[in-house]
Amino acid sequence: MIQLKNVVAEYTTKRGRMKAVDGVDLVIPDGVIVGIAGESGCGKSTLMKVLYGDLGFPLSLASGSVDYGFTNDKGQPVTDANVQREWFRHVSIIPQSSMSSLNPVIRIREQFVDFPATSKDKKATLAKVREFVQRIGLPPESIDAYPHQLSGGMRQRIMVALATFLEPEVILADEPTTALDVVVQKEILLLLLELQEKMRNTIIFVSHDMGVHYQLTHQMLIMYAGKAVEHGPTEEIFRAPLHPYTLLLTSALPTIGDDRARQGLPGSPPSLWDPPKGCRFAPRCPLATEKCRTEEPPLVEVRPGHSSACHHIDRIPQLQADLAKAPSLDDLDEARLLAQVQENLRREHEIDATADAAPPSEVDRPEIPSEVADTVAPAGGER
Amino acid sequence: MLLHFDFGPSFTSYPKPVSEIILAAMPWTIGLLVTSTVIAWLLGNLVGIIAGYYNKRRFATALEVVGIVLYPIPYYVLALTVVLVLAYYLGWFPITSTFLPGPLTPQRVIWILYNSALPALTLILAGFGWNILSMKSLAVATKEEGYVQFARLKGVPDWRRMNRYVFRNALLPQLTALVLSLGTIFNGALLTEMIFAYPGIGLLMRTAAGAGDYNLLYGTITTAIIAVATAAFILDLIYPLFDPRIRLKG
Amino acid sequence: MTLATAPVVAAAPVKPRWRVPRLNTRLYLGITITGVIALTAFLLPLFYKGDPAAQGMFLKNLPVSGQHLLGTNALGQDIFWFLVFAIRNSLLLGVAVSAGCTLISTLVGISAGYIGGWYERIAIILTDTFITIPVFPILIVLSALVRGNTSFLTVGLILIAFGWAWNARTIRSMALTIREREFINMARFSGASTWHIITRQIFPYVYAYMVVGFINTILFAINTEASLAVIGLSNVAVPTLGSIIFWALNYNAMMIGQQLWIIAPIVTTVLMFLGLFLLSTGYNEYFAERRGVA
Repeated sequence: MIQLKNVVAEYTTKRGRMKAVDGVDLVIPDGVIVGIAGESGCGKSTLMKVLYGDLGFPLSLASGSVDYGFTNDKGQPVTDANVQREWFRHVSIIPQSSMSSLNPVIRIREQFVDFPATSKDKKATLAKVREFVQRIGLPPESIDAYPHQLSGGMRQRIMVALATFLEPEVILADEPTTALDVVVQKEILLLLLELQEKMRNTIIFVSHDMGVHYQLTHQMLIMYAGKAVEHGPTEEIFRAPLHPYTLLLTSALPTIGDDRARQGLPGSPPSLWDPPKGCRFAPRCPLATEKCRTEEPPLVEVRPGHSSACHHIDRIPQLQADLAKAPSLDDLDEARLLAQVQENLRREHEIDATADAAPPSEVDRPEIPSEVADTVAPAGGER
Repeated sequence: MLLHFDFGPSFTSYPKPVSEIILAAMPWTIGLLVTSTVIAWLLGNLVGIIAGYYNKRRFATALEVVGIVLYPIPYYVLALTVVLVLAYYLGWFPITSTFLPGPLTPQRVIWILYNSALPALTLILAGFGWNILSMKSLAVATKEEGYVQFARLKGVPDWRRMNRYVFRNALLPQLTALVLSLGTIFNGALLTEMIFAYPGIGLLMRTAAGAGDYNLLYGTITTAIIAVATAAFILDLIYPLFDPRIRLKG
Repeated sequence: MTLATAPVVAAAPVKPRWRVPRLNTRLYLGITITGVIALTAFLLPLFYKGDPAAQGMFLKNLPVSGQHLLGTNALGQDIFWFLVFAIRNSLLLGVAVSAGCTLISTLVGISAGYIGGWYERIAIILTDTFITIPVFPILIVLSALVRGNTSFLTVGLILIAFGWAWNARTIRSMALTIREREFINMARFSGASTWHIITRQIFPYVYAYMVVGFINTILFAINTEASLAVIGLSNVAVPTLGSIIFWALNYNAMMIGQQLWIIAPIVTTVLMFLGLFLLSTGYNEYFAERRGVA
């Protein structure tokens, strides 16, 4: 099992240092599919980077450690310090966009054998790959093609193949289906499920799409403003969540046949440059009290296998019931609807004014060198 | 007239036909041009990719400065500087090149190379600078591409990423840029020939202009334009060899 | 909205919407070098009476001295003053030609990019033709035809005729990308005329490329004129950077010990071109930073 011990990951920028992941402490058991969900800027992508071991300026592990629970070829335990050597051998990654992850001028088969985990014995590896891709529904000749010759769905399967054919213990998937249409999305999800059932590895899955989480994952981790706020079995997370944020997230999902008005979540997450004391969700939380604003709730196990970080877990069922009583859209007349919208806007401004939210996506943007911005049109014509 | 490549007789070397004179000069120009362009392009790209891939290190900035300093210097200045330094002050090469007619003995070949060194060096220096700069910025941009990042996450070592991922992809726009700058390179070559009295088309053009030999002038100009167009055409044909997306339609 | 947030903003530390980036190194160097050269070139001539190109004004081949900062040449001209006037003339020519070229290239580029259709196609063909035709041979022919009567103006006009093409291409592709962006459609749908869109919406994005193109064209103009002059096909009576070198070569400056005659213009030319180039790329970087590396 993967143990994250008080992981703090920070970005060092010109403005200073910012903790994108601020003290995540949890255990991920073997052989499960874990989904990480949360808004933009909650730190899920950073957590993935930490889990993969992709730490390099400006990202660093300020404190804490990750223990992966297995040993490498030398018999040493694999931790955040040496996981880089296990890339694609024991830990692999499925990136978001398949088209931009494959080198367009080199055949796909070359890209299966050009990294340390496979380059020792290319012929044997390729034979294995050809056989493997057949199992996931691709013709063996597909790897002889160039990336642009395959369709989007086929390319994403190639990415899945790349990540799984060496049967790693841990697979990290950062929104692998977001860029795909729903039909292909379903195929890939089913594929992942199938592979996981056979190989019994751990898949850690990041997605914005709660629907995908529901279909695919066994457990879920909900993150907010750099902190883990809830961690538990998926079914329970949806049916009986133990954190108000989770509840508001899941209740925003539309369902066929249910035409009740949805309540969104006004406002935006706090700036991580100056996070609020106490519970970080307090500014937007309908259950917030003075205690919440001063004392930070720890992540504790409330039910077996299900932890949450909230002072007022007991009041959540009431909130759930209140949300369920929302009127049907047909019942809402225009005046009430307008009042509702105005109320939401007002609350949003209130929250923004106090929280001084900075654009959270600043965190994940890679550093772009200034020379790159515009290639100077060569004054070659002017000599 | 064009189809037969017959421009009539030259006024100054009557009655020698212009086409004969031009054909005699062509190999010189082509030899000089092709050699120096290839060397400048290869060297420049090599330096550029290293400077671009390792662009955070200090030597990369140093290399870039070399490019910055070389690039804006016009051809005639480079030519004269080369002559001043290497021929006049250091005396390693002759100040003006002399080419004696005669059969192609190995001795003569060396003599030719020796006398062509300075004009070639000028052209190489001139093209080198721009190649470094553009390749560097292309390399820096390509480094950010998804497939390069993914290759890194697979554990592909630096040198292989630089070559097979960044270089192979950055080369494509560089090739296109080469086609666009053919006109400039040609201009520079002509000027260099004139300054060095190198027996190519450039010198012919100059003497024709000075002497009022309109047939010869007309002939050389036309040849020059056709040459550039042909080179561009050839390069356009070569491009698909480098880019499978064009070579093989999905 | 402002009412609710205004008091809070006043209390909180002010965060500017966009930071004005410092001028980067290249820009600094570029401005300095070009500035110094341009200032000397334009101010100094005001202090000189007489025609620096007049031959036999001074004793020939004098060495460097307080009277003649760079000595005199084989034609009896003061090298230093000739050089100063040469820089001035070259710069003037460069700027004038560039102004003409930039005007044409901007007009053609923006209109072609935005209007599209058959107009664009014709513009592209025209532009590409002018780009591929090697300028130098054409210039040689033209100067041969005009033999001896090449006025400075003629050279300038020819340079304009060939210099606009490259930048027009760049500007057109910029205009193309802009055309498709949201705010243009907004303007169009709100009924703005084509002219308004071109000037008020597209122009601000394109002007940086215009500036860069302007500087590059100065380089092109000075360079080409000088190249012509060096081989003697321009009006070499007018002092320009190219014509100094022509006369120096003609009189075999190196052989007769008058190295300064040829070294001085070379060094000056290199400095000036370097300065202009740094200005161009420096500004490019600066503008990119300002836009937040869009």
